[in-house]
Amino acid sequence: MPESQYLCAPNQFFSPPTFTPIVMEVRNYETVFIVTPVLNESQVQETVEKFTQVLKENSAALLSTEAWGLRKLAYPIQKKTTGYYYCLSFTGEGNIVDVLELAFRRDERIIRFLTTVLDKHAVDYNNRRRNGEMNLQKAAKETEAVAH
Amino acid sequence: MNKPQDTRKKYCRFKKNGIKYVDYKDPNFLLKFVNEQGRVLPRRLTGTSLKFQRKVTQAIAKARHLALMPYVADALK
Repeated sequence: MPESQYLCAPNQFFSPPTFTPIVMEVRNYETVFIVTPVLNESQVQETVEKFTQVLKENSAALLSTEAWGLRKLAYPIQKKTTGYYYCLSFTGEGNIVDVLELAFRRDERIIRFLTTVLDKHAVDYNNRRRNGEMNLQKAAKETEAVAH
Repeated sequence: MNKPQDTRKKYCRFKKNGIKYVDYKDPNFLLKFVNEQGRVLPRRLTGTSLKFQRKVTQAIAKARHLALMPYVADALK
C-alpha cells in the first residue's frame, strides 16, 4: 500500500516486551528505637536480637548497633519516663524498611521507632563519628557537633 | 537601629565550619537552635542560612519524635 497510509513511520525497532529484573538501589538506613524500661536486661537483648534477625533474613547488611542504654525521655510516652535506646545502622534495598517497621509496630515492647535514609553526608558523618574523629574537631572549633 | 557596638557579623555556622550534616541524635547541639521553651529560633537570630535552617528544623522534629528533645518545656537551658 502507498506510504502515505501510515500515520507514522513503521517502527523498525519494535520488539516483543522483555522483562528486565527490577533492581532496587541499595541504600544506607538508620533506625533508632526505644524499648520499654520495664524489661530486664536479657529481655531487652532478646528484643534487639529479634530485629537484627529480621534484617538478616531480608538480606540487609547490619553495619553497627549502638546501645545508648537507659535514658530519660523528654516527655512521657505511654506513661513511662525512661527507655532503652538502640541505634541500628544498615544497608539494604528499599523494601526492607516496610518489613522492619511492621515488625516494630507489631512488637509491644517497642514504644517508639524512627527509620531514616542516610545521604552521603550523613554516611560520612557516621563514619567519622564511629572512628572517633569528632572530638578532635571540637577541640579546634567551638560549635562542632558533639559525639555521643 | 544598629548600636555601634553591636555590629558583629552574623554568619551561618554550618557554612563557616563546613558542617554538611545536622544530626538529629545529638540534642546538645540542637539546643543551640531552640529557645528556653523548646521552640525553634528564627534564623535571623541564629544567623543560619535557609538551607541549613531547614535541615535543623527537620532534625529537631526527629529528635522531638524520639523524645530526645521536648515539644514544650520551660527553663530548658
